[in-house]
Amino acid sequence: MIAYITRRALYAVPILVGVNLITFLLFFVVNTPDDMARMQLGVRRVTPEAIEKWKAEHGYDKPMLYNGRTEGLGRVTDTIFYEKSVRLFAFDFGNADDGRSIRHEILTRMWPSLALQVPVFLVGLAAYVTFALLMAFFRATYIDFWGVVLCVAMMSISSLFYIIGGQYLLSKLWNLVPISGYAGGLDAFKFLALPVVIGVVGGIGSNSRWYRTIFLEEMGKDYVRTARAKGLAETSVMFRHVLKNGMIPILTGAVVVIPSLFMGALIAESFFGIPGLGSYTIDAIQAQDFSVVRSMVFLGSVLYIVGLLLTDISYTMVDPRVRFE
Amino acid sequence: MTRHLFFGIAISLALGAGWLVVRLTGVEPVALWTDRLVFLLIAVIAGYFFYARGQPHLRLPWRRVTQSAHGMSALVVLSVFIAIGLLDSLHYRPALDGRGARGEIAHSSEVLSVFDAIAKPLTAHRERTYSAPFATRAFARETLEVPGPDGRPRQVREFPRLTSGGAHLEDEAERGRDVLARTTLGLGVASLLWGVIAAVGTFSQARRARRPAREAWRAIWRAETRTPWRAVLITSGVLLALAGPALTLCASYHILGTDKVGRDVFYLALKSIRTGLVIGTLTTLVLLPFAVALGTMAGYFRGWVDDLIQYLYTTINSIPGVLLIAAAVLMMQVVIDRHTDLFPTGAQRADVRLLVLCAILGLTGWTTLARLLRGEALKLRELEFVQAAQAFGVRSERIITRHIFPNVMHIVLITLVIEFSSLVLAEAVLSYVGVGVDPSMISFGTMINAARLEMSREPVVWWTLAAAFVFMFVLVLAANLFADAVRDAFDPRVNVGALVPV
Repeated sequence: MIAYITRRALYAVPILVGVNLITFLLFFVVNTPDDMARMQLGVRRVTPEAIEKWKAEHGYDKPMLYNGRTEGLGRVTDTIFYEKSVRLFAFDFGNADDGRSIRHEILTRMWPSLALQVPVFLVGLAAYVTFALLMAFFRATYIDFWGVVLCVAMMSISSLFYIIGGQYLLSKLWNLVPISGYAGGLDAFKFLALPVVIGVVGGIGSNSRWYRTIFLEEMGKDYVRTARAKGLAETSVMFRHVLKNGMIPILTGAVVVIPSLFMGALIAESFFGIPGLGSYTIDAIQAQDFSVVRSMVFLGSVLYIVGLLLTDISYTMVDPRVRFE
Repeated sequence: MTRHLFFGIAISLALGAGWLVVRLTGVEPVALWTDRLVFLLIAVIAGYFFYARGQPHLRLPWRRVTQSAHGMSALVVLSVFIAIGLLDSLHYRPALDGRGARGEIAHSSEVLSVFDAIAKPLTAHRERTYSAPFATRAFARETLEVPGPDGRPRQVREFPRLTSGGAHLEDEAERGRDVLARTTLGLGVASLLWGVIAAVGTFSQARRARRPAREAWRAIWRAETRTPWRAVLITSGVLLALAGPALTLCASYHILGTDKVGRDVFYLALKSIRTGLVIGTLTTLVLLPFAVALGTMAGYFRGWVDDLIQYLYTTINSIPGVLLIAAAVLMMQVVIDRHTDLFPTGAQRADVRLLVLCAILGLTGWTTLARLLRGEALKLRELEFVQAAQAFGVRSERIITRHIFPNVMHIVLITLVIEFSSLVLAEAVLSYVGVGVDPSMISFGTMINAARLEMSREPVVWWTLAAAFVFMFVLVLAANLFADAVRDAFDPRVNVGALVPV
């Protein structure tokens, strides 16, 4: 088991190197530091001196890959590639354009993100499974039909409208919760209630519909027929057999997103003013702060790869037939 | 044969008429990059259907699509959207009144589309700022000068009359009757059109079943016909009942209100359709070659080719989608800004940005389809017909194109149709983040973005959001239903989720 995990973790290294190269290409080769400086300082009427000064302030005044002016190891390490890209592997993210440490921002902002995303994930999973099971239980009836119709309709609504509509109804018309904002501790509850509800509702359409097909597929299998043949009631067939077996693909499919919960929800956080990593990323994109965007790309990739690793492990745990190859 | 001749004549007539219009009006046709690709795509689709007609294994599932009620309803709605999108893809620069020094026609720097020309009543009169649907007066008070009782001008704060919304009314109290009259007219025209469609349906049904028209009519309403004419008639009836009054009313009222700078929201919503369609379709044009070539190659060759391609798509997949798109769009924006000389008009710049967005979405979105195709190719390569081809010494590239590709075609088709709706939805989110289409380009995303801050206003400016919501919802719902019909017809067991992780 440990050997398997180690091998899978080692397999992640070339992927991270690839991610790093892609981001380096995107951020420094397509778009040179001079362009970045010009964009930050205004495209027109900018003096070469101002560009040089900006580059020096932000550490972009070095050669790309190879520094011929220094000696020894410095030829490779005193370059943009090493300073800005290789150091990400040590989770050394450097500073944002406003001079604050990105690492520190990530460590403080991940808590609000988690406070939003973990309830969305757990409540969502429970809600989708319940709804899907309900439709599967009443399969080929009007409940099932209108359930699927509802799912397709809800899938067709942009996530932006769930947020705008929720804010308008619950916060503005009914005054139940504040429109946006955040507070630590127990106060967080009243700020997070609406985003969590919207996060869950926004995913009902596609997820419930998908889980329904999983349950229906499971119900066509032989062991279900056997269970019915030995006289089990339909409810115990559903809850004792179908639910348990259907949860295997559902849970193993959901595991991959668990690490990414840290990254927060991009849109919801910025709409509700939650100071998490999602709104941090959006702000960075809008302010064109490339060091933050680059760090978040790297962090997101690491978390996704951890998610893949967890998925593999969870497969072996729920299904003994899957061997550690 | 006669049908081919008919199509040939129709196409030449359309081209000839287009040429004549261009000559007579002196406009300069402009082919934006997305326009060219859209028409290339239309040609590809037409070619596919022409090919599929001769292939029983393709004709059968498509016939099943035309027999599904929700599929055909969705197709009716989609074809209206597509027609608007295509009209909006024929661009030109209008001729200016004055002539140049050597008598040549000068052209405006503004790029318009045929749709703009048709929707002239909507664009000709702009208000100054917000106005509610069907309003005759503006949304905000302004200081006006009115003649006072003593004859001297006096300043009052009141809601001024709109310049075009209900401007034909002498007395504003007449509005209710006027709206009713125009709605009736619109419904009358709509019911005439609907009658034509119903007649076509009944007679074609009667001819096919060799029954009198009366019986065919009854069969249609009992949903006993093979082509679901009832669904088609109900859908087109609802559409016409909405479109008829909308068309008769929109020339004299702002039926969906106006936005912050006084543009008609109905016009904005119709213009957004093209942007959504372009993103939903052109992205697939970019994604297709990568997904098909790399996916089938990985599955067929296995070994190091498979390792390499798997590595490539795991790497791209592991980068958070929105961030990769954001990074790429920001980079391309710098490139576009630096080369302003290449794109002289604002429309061309916005167009290039749209194209780049499609390309980026395609380059990041091919991985899911590639993975599906790889799995399928792995299965296919073990089957007898592939092994037989290998034993006969057929070259690998020929096996892939002749034997593997036709057998994964249905997965490609299903994925592309399903992905369309997720792309339309993604556009709105990306525009919100600020990495979507150019801010000057009309799209659902820019509409929502401009309108969402106005929700905190009192009274609420709700109509822009409502219009964007309804149009987008109908478009995506129709696309989803059509995708379902296609999936059911081609392969009920393929399960693919959204490709773009937004």
